[in-house]
Amino acid sequence: MSADAMLKVEAVNKSFGGVKVVQDVSFSVARGGRTALIGPNGAGKTTMFNLISGVIGMDSGAITLDEARIDHLPARKRIGVGLSRSFQNIRLMPHLSVVENILLGQHSRIGGLGELFAPIGWISSAPARAEAMRRLSEAGVDVDPDAPVAGLPYGTRKRIEVVRALMSQPRLLILDEPAAGLNPRETADLSTFLKSATADGLTLLVVEHDMAFVHGLCDHTVVLNFGRLIYDGPTAGVRDDAAVREAYLGARAATVGGAGRAA
Amino acid sequence: MSGYASGIVAILCINLIFAYAVFITAAAGQLNLGAAGFQAVGAYAAASFSNLGWTPGWATIPAAMAVSGLTGFLLAFPVLRTKGVYMVLATFAFGEVVSGILLQTSLFGGAMGMVVPDYLPLSSLVAGAVFATLLVFFLMATRFGLALRAIHDDDLVATVMGVNVRAMQVAVFTIGGALAGLSGALYAHHFSFVEAQYFNSTLSIFVLLFVLIGGTQTAWGPLAGSLFFTLVPETLRIGGSWRFVIFGAAIVLMMVVRPEGMITRTLVARFRRRPAAVKPVAITVGEPHVR
Repeated sequence: MSADAMLKVEAVNKSFGGVKVVQDVSFSVARGGRTALIGPNGAGKTTMFNLISGVIGMDSGAITLDEARIDHLPARKRIGVGLSRSFQNIRLMPHLSVVENILLGQHSRIGGLGELFAPIGWISSAPARAEAMRRLSEAGVDVDPDAPVAGLPYGTRKRIEVVRALMSQPRLLILDEPAAGLNPRETADLSTFLKSATADGLTLLVVEHDMAFVHGLCDHTVVLNFGRLIYDGPTAGVRDDAAVREAYLGARAATVGGAGRAA
Repeated sequence: MSGYASGIVAILCINLIFAYAVFITAAAGQLNLGAAGFQAVGAYAAASFSNLGWTPGWATIPAAMAVSGLTGFLLAFPVLRTKGVYMVLATFAFGEVVSGILLQTSLFGGAMGMVVPDYLPLSSLVAGAVFATLLVFFLMATRFGLALRAIHDDDLVATVMGVNVRAMQVAVFTIGGALAGLSGALYAHHFSFVEAQYFNSTLSIFVLLFVLIGGTQTAWGPLAGSLFFTLVPETLRIGGSWRFVIFGAAIVLMMVVRPEGMITRTLVARFRRRPAAVKPVAITVGEPHVR
């Protein structure tokens, strides 16, 4: 599958102090596919996301997006090459309104100083705002766009964060536990939304604990345990893989093969 | 207008420009406790150029803004290596250094201060205040302003969204320096005299209070803060020598009642929209992971 890989992670290592959090991990994410990155707590999934998005630097290895190395790029430039992310704990700007949070997602598309200093708050019919409103309605978020995000329900804020990530028009969208804390109805809605959002060829990589969600959404799954890659293959084969079963059953019984959450 | 009233308006205009200088960095989450240093740079630059015989008299104003703006730009690099309380201390130290240099330099008159030959009338101060107010309102309405507010809330996420956080911070230090310089230059030309002792740390503390008590979330905050801090002590004159005690109590009360400042975004939004347009927000009970 490497020939059609959008994202390639090659022999990546990362240590915090003496703890090897990610050890010699290599995997790739197929173009236009939906890939899950799973693993027990502390497996290094979020660290992997932070390495890919440049929030932290890696010790060794290579990360390429469409055959171009991105690991030397600072975090703020990675969104410009088409990589956009969400965070495990919702990190919307609490003092900004819903639409302002979404508009922030367009920041990487600003062409020059003229756009940077063009007023966006005064013209409600501006194309930027129109796009934000359209994306919100596509995501099924029905709230007052000028309300501060701080008071909104959890599931709604979670959805707004995905919309914000989509506003940069990424090639690769990486979502850190998008379904965590959602009720079953919201999880199903999110799955439907992500399928429609990726229908036009957007590549998706998600970290997720909800195995039912992963099975419904992702065709390919990568499993990490204690910072090492233990599985890289079709999602359908995860439950029957000996190494994965051992990793999960050793940590917490009755998870792999059981319905619902794995950790 | 009586001499007393025009004196109050003059101070109000200078305080307002000064407050916007501090606000523009505070909007991005950086507290400047050395603002008096920037104001002093602007005031002394204008005084020096005026003494050199620049004509027309107002030409010293943009020049003073350029000098204090450049000072802000250059100071941004060492100061932005610090965060939080250390940044506050670094800016405070800057203010003290400027004050010390001015006192020790005979070229600037030392402790004797400097006389400023060219007088600018109250209308110039009002024009300056209107300019600063419009500039900051405009900046806050742009994507630049949105990025500043994003940095204030979460600089890491702002970075991931593609915001060049460092460049933004340097830019606001430069703009803030130039605005503080404008307030200083207008002060120098209107009162025709500058002395280093005036630009002391108490002044820096007061202007930061204007901004924090007015509110850092919208450009209305410094306006409210400057009005409050300039006019309330005057109206309290009837209380005689107790007025600063009453004023201090009013500040404490304000911090208790409105810790995020007098003017918040929610307050502005409430005035802007008709009540009918406000949709009720569902309250969900027992939801996990609420930040």
